[in-house]
Amino acid sequence: MSPQEDRPVPDNAEPKDDGGGSPTRRQARATARQDEVRQENEVETAGGEIPPPAAPVSAASRTTDEASEASLLERVMTGNALVAFLSVVLSLIIGGLLIALTDPEVARTSSYFLGRPQDLLGAAWSAASGAYIALFQGSIINFEADSFSRMIYPLTQTLTVATPLICAGLGVALAFRAGLFNIGAQGQILIGATFAAWVGFTLHLPVGLHLLLVILAGVVGGALWGGLVGLLKARTGAHEVILTIMFNYIATNLVLYLLTTPGFQRPGSTNPISPQLDSTAVYPLLLGSQFRLHWGFVVAVVATVFVWWLLNRSTVGFELRAVGANPSAARTAGINVNRGYMVAMAVAGGLAGLAGVAQVAGTERVLTSGVAASFGFDAITVALLGRSSPWGTFAAGLLFGAFRAGGVTMQASTGTSIDIVLVVQSLIVLFIAAPPLIRALFRLPAPGAPRSQRRGRSTNRTSASTGAAA
Amino acid sequence: MKLELIGITKRFGSLVANDSIDLVVEPGQVHSLLGENGAGKSTLMNVLYGLYDPTDGQILVNDSPVTFKGPGDAMAAGIGMVHQHFMLVPVFTGAENVALGNEATRTAGMLNLRETRARIREISDQYGFDVDPDAVVEDLPVGVQQRVEIIKALVRDAEVLILDEPTAVLTPKETDELLGIMGQLKADGKSIVFISHKLREVKAVSDVITVVRRGKVVGTADPTASTTELASLMVGRSVSLTLDKQPAAPGETTFRVRNLTVHAANGQRVVDDLSFDVARGEILAVAGVQGNGQTELTEAIMGLQDHVSGSVTLGGDELVGRSVKQIIRAGVGFVPEDRSVEGLVGTFTVAENLVLNRYDTAPFAKGLSMSPTAVDRNAGEKIAEYDVRTQSASAAAGTLSGGNQQKVVMAREFSRPLELFIASQPTRGVDVGSIEFLHRRIVAERDGGTPVIIVSTELDEVLELADRIAVLYRGRLMGIVPGTVSRDVLGLMMAGMPADEALAQFDDVRGGNL
Amino acid sequence: MSTATASAPTTPGSPPEEQGVRSWKNPIILSVLSVIALLVFAIGAPANDVTFRLSEQGDAIVLPPIVVSGPLIGWIAALVLLALAVLAVLFTRAGRRIPVWLLALFSVVFLIAFLTWVVGSARTPNVALYGLLAGSVTLAVPLIFGSLSGVLCERSGVVNIAIEGQLLFGAFAAAVAGSLTGNAFVGLLAAAVAGVLVSLVLAVFSIRYVVNQVIVGVVLNVLVSGLTGFLYSAVLTSDSQRWNSPPRLPVIEIPVLADIPVIGPILFEQTIVGYLMYVAVAVIYVALYHSRWGLRTRAVGEHPKAADTLGVNVNRMRFTNVLLAGVVAGVGGSFFTLVAVSGFNRDMTAGQGYIALAALIFGRWNPIGAFFAALLFGFATNLSNVLSLLGTPVPDQFLRMLPYVVTVFAVAGLVGRSRAPGASGIPYIKG
Repeated sequence: MSPQEDRPVPDNAEPKDDGGGSPTRRQARATARQDEVRQENEVETAGGEIPPPAAPVSAASRTTDEASEASLLERVMTGNALVAFLSVVLSLIIGGLLIALTDPEVARTSSYFLGRPQDLLGAAWSAASGAYIALFQGSIINFEADSFSRMIYPLTQTLTVATPLICAGLGVALAFRAGLFNIGAQGQILIGATFAAWVGFTLHLPVGLHLLLVILAGVVGGALWGGLVGLLKARTGAHEVILTIMFNYIATNLVLYLLTTPGFQRPGSTNPISPQLDSTAVYPLLLGSQFRLHWGFVVAVVATVFVWWLLNRSTVGFELRAVGANPSAARTAGINVNRGYMVAMAVAGGLAGLAGVAQVAGTERVLTSGVAASFGFDAITVALLGRSSPWGTFAAGLLFGAFRAGGVTMQASTGTSIDIVLVVQSLIVLFIAAPPLIRALFRLPAPGAPRSQRRGRSTNRTSASTGAAA
Repeated sequence: MKLELIGITKRFGSLVANDSIDLVVEPGQVHSLLGENGAGKSTLMNVLYGLYDPTDGQILVNDSPVTFKGPGDAMAAGIGMVHQHFMLVPVFTGAENVALGNEATRTAGMLNLRETRARIREISDQYGFDVDPDAVVEDLPVGVQQRVEIIKALVRDAEVLILDEPTAVLTPKETDELLGIMGQLKADGKSIVFISHKLREVKAVSDVITVVRRGKVVGTADPTASTTELASLMVGRSVSLTLDKQPAAPGETTFRVRNLTVHAANGQRVVDDLSFDVARGEILAVAGVQGNGQTELTEAIMGLQDHVSGSVTLGGDELVGRSVKQIIRAGVGFVPEDRSVEGLVGTFTVAENLVLNRYDTAPFAKGLSMSPTAVDRNAGEKIAEYDVRTQSASAAAGTLSGGNQQKVVMAREFSRPLELFIASQPTRGVDVGSIEFLHRRIVAERDGGTPVIIVSTELDEVLELADRIAVLYRGRLMGIVPGTVSRDVLGLMMAGMPADEALAQFDDVRGGNL
Repeated sequence: MSTATASAPTTPGSPPEEQGVRSWKNPIILSVLSVIALLVFAIGAPANDVTFRLSEQGDAIVLPPIVVSGPLIGWIAALVLLALAVLAVLFTRAGRRIPVWLLALFSVVFLIAFLTWVVGSARTPNVALYGLLAGSVTLAVPLIFGSLSGVLCERSGVVNIAIEGQLLFGAFAAAVAGSLTGNAFVGLLAAAVAGVLVSLVLAVFSIRYVVNQVIVGVVLNVLVSGLTGFLYSAVLTSDSQRWNSPPRLPVIEIPVLADIPVIGPILFEQTIVGYLMYVAVAVIYVALYHSRWGLRTRAVGEHPKAADTLGVNVNRMRFTNVLLAGVVAGVGGSFFTLVAVSGFNRDMTAGQGYIALAALIFGRWNPIGAFFAALLFGFATNLSNVLSLLGTPVPDQFLRMLPYVVTVFAVAGLVGRSRAPGASGIPYIKG
């Protein structure tokens, strides 16, 4: 685990720079110097009373192990899992309050609140719980259904919706690890979808090959759109946050334009919509025609494994992580930082492109300018919730996929707007990003001092054990 | 104004940076705080200046206790500080910098910079500072920036002026000017706390010297005390200032630099037409005041600079125009000046840092796939060999002390066969024990037949390691002199005097421009 | 003082910019643009006359329309642009910077040529210039407020991606409060409060809890979009008469001055929001560069530690500025529901907050610069609206893309160099 467990993004993913100036080397150094000032202080303190850990490694680790056993409960109490869990709970509570507050029945009963408060509370409870039950039934298991397949249908819906979220989320997460804020998944999905769709309805190829080409085209489209940002950042030092935001809008307008051209617009239609993709170009259904779940989900799983391997077991990942954590050191070690930015953005774009494929070749089967829905923005929250780790992103994608799938059912059955899902999602991410807030709200013990603490703590523990040994 | 610190203790977590320090600064006195890098001097001054809350202890101004909630309070009490890293807003003018936090205003909070300019001119004239209040600070030379810092304190009627390592970035000439200014300020009745680890300056200017070591006051000394006395007090034991090393046995000259010129991004010529050679089995030290092109020189050799012309050859192969990776592959080992910024990835494990520039070669990688086992095995070996004090190979490198971090960097660079070894400030911020170890490793590498280039701003280190010394001034080579040359000659060269003139001035018989 | 120029060795007589570092970027871009002008605006000029109407029939002062020949304007402009490009090349070759007037003149001539060409190529080569300009200003109003909000935040070192959220929440609050009270001015006030609320979350999370500012901004936009969308469908649509039919702000026409052709309607025929916009630009500009508050704001945005050592409370300064930015953006948001249309609609700001961010950057973090950048973007949007009515060869999607493309060029340093405040985006942690 990295010492910055508390933070959703690697330390250096903070825009060291600004909203758009060029991160010249000098600037980068100047910022690094700021950190260094902090470090210097640490060095200074280290040179002060406490000698550098002098105990042999084995002795130190032995005491650390003992300490960790003793404080297992404490670690659970202060750990990230608990904070994440409480963030979800708190967000759901706030969402529930919102649902209750806006419920017409609640509004009606509130008029005689003083007379019969139980009516109001009951109405509020039934509004919120009704919505959440519908959400659950729409996303996990519909226990009121009459057949098994109807029962698990919601779960498969969740997986279907999670597919593009996971793919695009992986793209955002991967870029984070390389120190880049990829706000541009939305545009990358769109362009990926455009490429994939074009191959899907223009070329007419045999089964298998066609889908393969569609997937490839989607990945290439996304990779080009993302890679372009990487290229601009590498060549000009422009900030990727601004670039990706702008590229999202450029992509939307570009697709809108393309959908007015003969190559893309459905013949005979005046609406901005493409022809249907060939049946050879779409993902086969995974569980038969009763379910919408398609092979794209398997692709998403494979993508997750791939990203895990890429980041943790490959030289490319080593380079990307080094570039993300400390570009100066990476450059000095012979790693081409600019190429790292381009590779990271291209791979991130390619993953977002996969999400685009999941849309056009999975669920939508046509290209419109709205084909990306809001998956690109949701992907950011997914990656943040998943702490930029591949499997974390996968899990977060499933969770938000469930929210989204369940939200549709909820809206249909209880009339609660699916927008509440956005509220809950964004609250979760906000709370998770600020563990001290959650700890304060739930009166949890804080793990040492804030921030540089963790780093400090490990040394402390060693020095403490040294002291004990001495 | 009399300033007194009683029992100041500052803890960071369980680390004690200052351990019940007592200090009295009398009015009109220059009080030096002498100590190694990391002894706790800066922490103490940050406490005094209100930037840190002391864990324990008391500050007395004119015998009455005060508490500083922030620098504002300290300034109000008459304390001013010139920080080691200047606290100037680079895009502001001198006047704006001086006005900040202490603004003269007209109605509705509108700035009255005219008044500030007048004050700057007044002070500037009084002390002969020659500061233009309307020049943008980032365009000013370092020495002038420092004067803006001093003016900032004086405008706020500081009675006690803290100067934190003020000479680190100055040339010897500028240093002398600064020492003169300190004399003037003292004559005006101001007290000065002078923080330094440079014995010569401390001896030259102090009325009282307090020596700090590992966060504690270990003694006070008179400025007349001998250098060795002060040095041993500072490092805690009698130090032998010389390293046991055999005279160099230079072999074949394999590394040549010809007409090397480097331009900064803004078009300034930061390395100016350098030519020199380094032979196998010798150490060439590059000396000079910080910021005279040393950094750019090493970076140009490593392929880290963009606008480079001229030629750098290693064993006959041209290095200019090659990528960093190719240069590393050619057998160049490099210890960068700023290890936490350029040498290590702080959040990476020690094991990962030990392969930071070899991660993609056998045995650590096969194709695109890396082998964690090989990386860990390598880490185990290096940690043992270099005695790196770390919890484990999978600890983040950022958690190690400065000396151990540097050992990681050195271990990494020495773990492959080298054709050239370059180390920039190899022992900056490193504890004494590690310094000796690192120096011995460097000499061992030389004895193994590698050409070695050491860049250091510390004359002690230069004189200790060097077989020959090249002095840079404003990017130009002032000459190359033998490692046995006197400190005075080096001082003159560092101030911009060519080697032959400097040698002639001291009639140094051992000299001779090599 | 002559010694310490350690890193600035200047050999006498050598030009300040040396050979290897000289930038040919600008002259190349100008050359390419002028060649495009020659090919499209001159050679490809429409053969007909182009009419620009300056006033309406019923105006107090009626000016005759300007009728120009398309090819004539095209050729003159193309030649002027080519000459300017050559001049730029000469300047660069001489090692001198290209003067600002040259770039400004180039932009203006290019714009005129483009306008003549694009209107001339339309099915109806006749456009109301006054309407085009007045419409641009109107469309730019929320952008200007948004980018001023960005100026306040970023100048103090906090990146504000949440402009979109501030605008949207402002719009929402203005609609609801305006409807409930039946008073548009209460709506205006509520919009400011709503903007502050969004700012408060941004400030608490990014300053107090040191959460990455970009993350907070992005998430806040989602949160506001979700919250307003939810409330819109849960409350506003259930009884839109009660919740979502705010009165519009009245247009205050300043007598006589409003009758001046072309600029009259722009400057003197606005709602209170429009006038506030001009006031805000002026006040923020003056305050930023000439007041104590401004000096401190810029200091904490550039080098917070320096400000801290001088007794300036960095985080309090940032906090205040972010809240103030909320007021500004909130008022800007009210434009959507109290001026443009009467009533709130889901996600009605439609990315204007991001264009405001673009204007902020294109305007180089300067209130006046942001003002003109926003005007340009407003002009592009309005032009695309007008042109789609006139029927032109340029797809309106490309005009809508313009703000984003221009911003990409700006941050990529192809159109001048943007230098952000030094500490923008970096949280300040004491000690």
